[in-house]
Amino acid sequence: MNREEIYERLNRVFRDVFDDDSICLNDNTTSSDIEDWDSLEHINLIVAVEGEFKIKFNMKEVTKMKNVGEMVDIIESRINS
Amino acid sequence: MTKNKKLSYNLNIIKERVIFIKELQYPFDSEYLIKNKRKIKKELLLKPGLINKNIAILGGSTTSEVKNMLEIFLLNYGIKPNFYESEYNKYYEDALFGNEELDEFKPDIIYIHTSNRNILNYPNIKDNEKEIEELLNNEYLRYEKIWEKLDNKFKAVIIQNNFEYPFYRLLGNKDVYDYHGHTNFINRLNEKFYEYARCHSNFFINDLNYLASSYGLDKWANQFYWHMYKYALEVPAIPYLAFNIANIIKSIYGKNKKAFVLDLDNTLWGGVVGDDGANALAIGPEVPSGQVYLEFQEYLKAHKDLGIILNINSKNEYENALAGLNHPAGALKPDDFIIIKANWEPKNRNIKSIAEELNLGADSFVFADDNPAERLIVYNDYPDIGLPLMDTPENFIRNIDHNGYFEMTNFSKEDLKKNELYKDNAKRSQMMASFDDYNEYLKSLKMKAQIKEFIPLYLERICELTNKSNQFNLTTKRYTLKEIEEVASNKEYLTLYGKLEDIFGDNGVISVIIGHIKEKELHLDLWIMSCRVLKRNMEYAMMDTLVKKAKLNNIKEIYGYYYPTLKNKMVKDFYLDLGFNLINDDNGNKIYKLDLDNYQNKNKVIKVEK
Repeated sequence: MNREEIYERLNRVFRDVFDDDSICLNDNTTSSDIEDWDSLEHINLIVAVEGEFKIKFNMKEVTKMKNVGEMVDIIESRINS
Repeated sequence: MTKNKKLSYNLNIIKERVIFIKELQYPFDSEYLIKNKRKIKKELLLKPGLINKNIAILGGSTTSEVKNMLEIFLLNYGIKPNFYESEYNKYYEDALFGNEELDEFKPDIIYIHTSNRNILNYPNIKDNEKEIEELLNNEYLRYEKIWEKLDNKFKAVIIQNNFEYPFYRLLGNKDVYDYHGHTNFINRLNEKFYEYARCHSNFFINDLNYLASSYGLDKWANQFYWHMYKYALEVPAIPYLAFNIANIIKSIYGKNKKAFVLDLDNTLWGGVVGDDGANALAIGPEVPSGQVYLEFQEYLKAHKDLGIILNINSKNEYENALAGLNHPAGALKPDDFIIIKANWEPKNRNIKSIAEELNLGADSFVFADDNPAERLIVYNDYPDIGLPLMDTPENFIRNIDHNGYFEMTNFSKEDLKKNELYKDNAKRSQMMASFDDYNEYLKSLKMKAQIKEFIPLYLERICELTNKSNQFNLTTKRYTLKEIEEVASNKEYLTLYGKLEDIFGDNGVISVIIGHIKEKELHLDLWIMSCRVLKRNMEYAMMDTLVKKAKLNNIKEIYGYYYPTLKNKMVKDFYLDLGFNLINDDNGNKIYKLDLDNYQNKNKVIKVEK
């Protein structure tokens, strides 16, 4: 799966979780760009992303993730390894 | 709208509905629910007839997603929750010291979401037995103190988690039986919780420990979620927790299922009785495929003793159905069922007539049929009916059990007799058929009633009725046992219960009236009657006695109230029939008035005990 395909699926997950069809993700998207994305919703988002890509993040990864680009980096490395 | 568009619109509705069957019944897709909760909530808010309840969540760990999921499951049960959520881990302070917001909130239900993370002091390996006993008591008393405090202040229902097993065992296997073991400590603490629950009718245990084992303790206790977000369980397990709490709550508000409607072929036995013949069916202990169906039959039969009634809805010749049910190796016999529909009618139509014959709403049925197409047909007519996934017989019991259809929050002596009562009713129907004149039939029943003010012996049953009656219920006001006790002892209230007996049997307490007295007026807060005694003129006997008692209290006028719900249409003109006058109509919420001066007794067929 290439980066573009990951983005396509990730975008869908975000739109479902925040019930907002206007969301368009890029590498620099952070929680301040999406209204409902607070720390409590973050965990639900993580669960949804894990489910979509059939992967599990560990604590270190989740703590360090700064933006959507870094999330995609991790997903990319997982599913292509 | 063009025809094509309309068609695709309809298909979408059907698709949506299939999703709902799948998603809000066990087994769920947790990730789907968590991901789509906003969308699901929007849909569910459109459900007609939602009732509002105030629910306070007092948490010992993060509760945000517990609240979100609980909201969805409750909406699906027709209950619209308003939430109070304590600050993180402030369950103890909120309960003990209170705060303005919680006080004003006036909760109907208080859910205390604690876990083994909230146990303050575990035994130390150096402690002796007596010291551990003291530790145990102190730990327990902290909880008892907050329950008592909450109970005194709010008179609300309390739902309390027990403790789940720890995710590691310092003493290995000894952890469970040595006094120093955490597992042992948790078991003993839980037992103390249960003792309290057994003595308090408004207190319920949410069995977290069972849920965690059933889900898988290692997954449940996934420490990622604790250290990252202070969730005491992994987030994908939260729908299971929320569903379990919702089941307790819906049961308290009288939304339990009441009856099974069962298919036969490949549901109660393996094979098709019409094609294969009764002898060739898979049922009984000899082979695995027969054992699995036998165990399912035994599971269903055990429900009978709990007052859940069994019925058949099968596409079969009647004789073949009976031949299958008379199979010597089966656990269920034709006599175990109240209504057997074995015919070639569409199954939704059979459901309709079973509901009519039993005087029950079809949404109080659990329809167990291995054929998904049949389930969908029934679902389209009755979206709130229970439709367990019947994928393969080895999953039948689990899929039904884990849906909590019959959650026993208020199991009463009445429930033990329910099957007999329905059997008696079947006999009455036969007798009725032999009369041309309905009044003659009523007289032939030789009915005797006892209509009196509340007495302690019946308070539990009265409370149960106030929560279970939906159809013959003028105001649909629900009472907790505590409230019933208060009403019973308060002189400002006039209360009546009615018991009815006839040649076929005793129906027990089947009708209740509660009114409050304002000088010379009596205002009826509640008038309910069980549907088992409809059209027996019991309501007239109740009215006659009500008027008599009212006059003894110097009352001149009685005010009746009717608040429409989806289910109580049958009594929309009830007060008019009794001779009341309509004095106010606010969007269907009606107020009626009756002057007692010229009241004439209405009951002529029931002998009322003096």
